[in-house]
Amino acid sequence: MPADEPMLRVSVWRGSGTKGEFENFDVPVRENQTILDIVSWIQQYADPTLSYRFACRVGMCGSCAMMVNGEPRWTCRTHVNKVASHDNSLTLEPLRNLPVIKDLAADLAPFFEKWVEAEAFHHPESTREDEIAAVDPESAERAGIDAAIECINCAVCYAACDTVAGNVDYLGPAALQRAWTQFQDERAGSKDAILDAVSGSGGCHNCHSMGSCAHYCPNELNPLIAIADLKRITAWRRLKGGSNA
Amino acid sequence: MKTPARKHPLWLAFMLHRVSGLALALFLPLHFWVLSYALTAPVTLDGFLRWTEYPLVKFAEFGLVFLLAVHFFGGLRLLALEFLPWSDRQKTLAATAVGAAFLVSGTFLLKAI
Ligand code: SF4
Ligand code: SF4
Ligand code: FES
Repeated sequence: MPADEPMLRVSVWRGSGTKGEFENFDVPVRENQTILDIVSWIQQYADPTLSYRFACRVGMCGSCAMMVNGEPRWTCRTHVNKVASHDNSLTLEPLRNLPVIKDLAADLAPFFEKWVEAEAFHHPESTREDEIAAVDPESAERAGIDAAIECINCAVCYAACDTVAGNVDYLGPAALQRAWTQFQDERAGSKDAILDAVSGSGGCHNCHSMGSCAHYCPNELNPLIAIADLKRITAWRRLKGGSNA
Repeated sequence: MKTPARKHPLWLAFMLHRVSGLALALFLPLHFWVLSYALTAPVTLDGFLRWTEYPLVKFAEFGLVFLLAVHFFGGLRLLALEFLPWSDRQKTLAATAVGAAFLVSGTFLLKAI
């Protein structure tokens, strides 16, 4: 590389588990460079042992999220010139609120386990003898579900949420949002099981409505809409004498 | 280390609600203690009330009224968020709560001086 080429000074978190430290790399500046390009450059040209995760590179798969200058972001669609500081420096760390496997790869297992805990999966109940549930694509409920299922499971919201940081049991924005789509679904059964799951001790009532989830969601989703609705539904259910776990 | 991301309106509204709530929780016992002099020792209370003529104390009272008002209006916003149908104008509503609190506490200050 030419000596006078503009460089980025990139501090990268290295280590596994709770131990680690920052390591600095100088990376040449390119046009239209994403954070993922930076990480890939380091791995290809500076240190092949650097661990990180990605798959699609186009904002579909949700696997590439990291903390970039302290903020959770999808790295394949975050352009360097949007986030680098004026002195061309960058700090890259694994996603917050999750255990670290190695370097920039966070362990997403707790994030996905909470989706299951929140009953955020389809609960089929009808048989082939039953009428097919009518789904009205124009209804407000369906419009809400259509927006929310654009979630790519990237855990950016989970990393942004201070309630997750303070309470390891909190299910978090993405799992609650997905459970809400299941609850709203005309075809879903076990609605009470979903409501029990989302209103337990780690449930929706922990949320402080600070909206960091919506602020950082790269797909511009707003899990707070779903969480506020779950709060409403479970609060009325309790007032009407139904059970909340 | 990781500095969490917090520079956005609804997080600030959350923090303002927390801080005002805590400050009120600390202030209210004092407030009732002083008020209790109305029953037990009216002369002491009068002495205390003369103290409130100082500008600095007036300004501190303005702060207290602001905290009370911002906690009240912010609380209304949260109740609406949790019990009324969703509204996309949360940032506007949070700003309105702060604006209304300034209006109330500012009016109080203007009346006091
Ligand atoms: S609104 Fe709720 S879920 Fe979203 S970041 Fe805040 S506490 Fe977390
Ligand atoms: S809600 Fe948004 S930030 Fe959260 S996992 Fe889904 S796509 Fe990612
Ligand atoms: S690599 Fe798939 S979302 Fe970034």
